[in-house]
Amino acid sequence: MPNPLSKERKSYLKKQKYNKIFITVAQFLILTILIGLWELFARLNIIDSFLMSSPSQISKTIISLFKSGELGKHIFTTLYETLLGFFIATALGTIIALMLWWSDFLRKVLEPYIVVLNSLPKIALGPIIIVWFGAGTKSIVFMAVLITIIVTIITMLNGFLSTDSGKILLMRSLGASKVQILLKLVLPSSLETFISSLKINVGMAWIGSIMGEYLVSKQGIGYLIVYGGQVFRLDLVMASTVILCALASLMYLGVSLLEKLLIKK
Amino acid sequence: MDDILKFKNVSLIYQTSVGETEALKNLSFTVKKSEFISIIGPSGCGKTTVLSLIAGLIKQSSGEIIYKGKNLSETDKNIGYMLQRDELFPWRNIERNVTLPLEIKKIKDKSARERAISLVEKYGLGEFLKHRPSSLSGGMRQRASLIRTLSFNPDLLLLDEPFSALDSQTRLKVSDDVFKIIRSENKTAILVTHDISEAISMSDRIIVLTKRPAQVFKEHTLLFDASLTPISRRERPEFSKLFDVIWKELCNA
Ligand SMILES: Nc1ncnc2c1ncn2[C@@H]1O[C@H](COP(=O)(O)OP(=O)(O)OP(=O)(O)O)[C@@H](O)[C@H]1O
Ligand SMILES: [Mg+2]
Repeated sequence: MPNPLSKERKSYLKKQKYNKIFITVAQFLILTILIGLWELFARLNIIDSFLMSSPSQISKTIISLFKSGELGKHIFTTLYETLLGFFIATALGTIIALMLWWSDFLRKVLEPYIVVLNSLPKIALGPIIIVWFGAGTKSIVFMAVLITIIVTIITMLNGFLSTDSGKILLMRSLGASKVQILLKLVLPSSLETFISSLKINVGMAWIGSIMGEYLVSKQGIGYLIVYGGQVFRLDLVMASTVILCALASLMYLGVSLLEKLLIKK
Repeated sequence: MDDILKFKNVSLIYQTSVGETEALKNLSFTVKKSEFISIIGPSGCGKTTVLSLIAGLIKQSSGEIIYKGKNLSETDKNIGYMLQRDELFPWRNIERNVTLPLEIKKIKDKSARERAISLVEKYGLGEFLKHRPSSLSGGMRQRASLIRTLSFNPDLLLLDEPFSALDSQTRLKVSDDVFKIIRSENKTAILVTHDISEAISMSDRIIVLTKRPAQVFKEHTLLFDASLTPISRRERPEFSKLFDVIWKELCNA
């Protein structure tokens, strides 16, 4: 903007900025107070620190995990499974959605199958998956893919199908082929759906990989949580959960960054 | 003048799972080269259907459509269709929106591209070439949409209530603009509208259709001085007379 900002505009922008800072401060404050109270109650024995653990215990556990070199291994394992599941499911799901968009026949035939698969609790398939893929990484990745892919297909297909009918008519009146309609209209107009699908998939892939680790695993964050529960080491369970939170947030942040990059251009 | 388009007893019946709808029945009319025709008729009578047929989006159930002396389906039709909403793609800037038809039709030569860009400049959108459609007003967007329709130099323009999404003030201005652009590019145009004044102010000839299934009810050849713009036509005494006539016809159609 070439002309200088008016006084009103400046004070408006200032207010906006302060508002934003205020919200961030409040968010941190809530976290700090919660952690502080938790620690305080644990120290004063108001809550049972054996059952509830405490922030200091949790951080001690994380540090000792880190020092023993265990932490990296567990994080790497789970991250690998999650990312692999995430990428396979997103890519495959989008391709399947494209095929269903392309062929009305295929879509109508497969619709009931997708509905059933969507409502089926995937964990019920755990034992079958283990028998098929063995008690290892493969099963866990498969679980992550299975949980993520159905939602991807449904979200992306709805996105493709909701392409503005007026714009499709315009393309058809120009004599556009189906491939041209796909490449020049349907895909670009589904970009936002794709981003929101990515955001959903981050959560889904984590659910899948942790669930997979609950069923079969010798390492990983999910394994730590199950193990901690079995030997009544609640600090270990809590510490793993905290790490999980951090990892999932990081991945979500990555997708948000990608969103900024894609939508701006 | 020679005929560019001829409808001979064209009928169209839509088939759907619920039943069939007879939209056109033995519809016959002709359009001459460089003529500006308006089609007016009761709502739902089949006006859009007529344009969809000409654009080749659907096929008639019976009858013949002759375009430039040949059967429409056999010709390499060069027809531009301007829709009710501008349908500019929000992720493309004006330049890339306007040249979309060239991309689709794989017209690669540079002069076509330059021609399209020069139309943008000629009709007052030059400074918005690199802007997204969202930064244009409704009237400017509709002009951009017309330029997109003209970009591949079509022989025939189809306009389906292109101004109905605009407020009445902008509507007058934009229809004036569009009229001038179409005249100065010397194009044949078929305009579908609900608006009697719009039809009278813009066309050389008005075709009034009957209720569905549409047939030609009346035709009016307009004899305004060629130098009159749509807005100045509205001030002529013939204007309101013709308005009354068509108004009554539409009530009886
Ligand atoms: N694709 C379709 N399938 C079935 N029926 C249709 C289809 N398109 C239009 N019709 C029906 O055909 C008739 C004519 O429709 P058309 O859209 O041509 O009318 P119109 O004169 O353009 O209407 P409006 O004034 O509302 O724009 C209507 O009764 C409509 O319901
Ligand atoms: Mg219509």
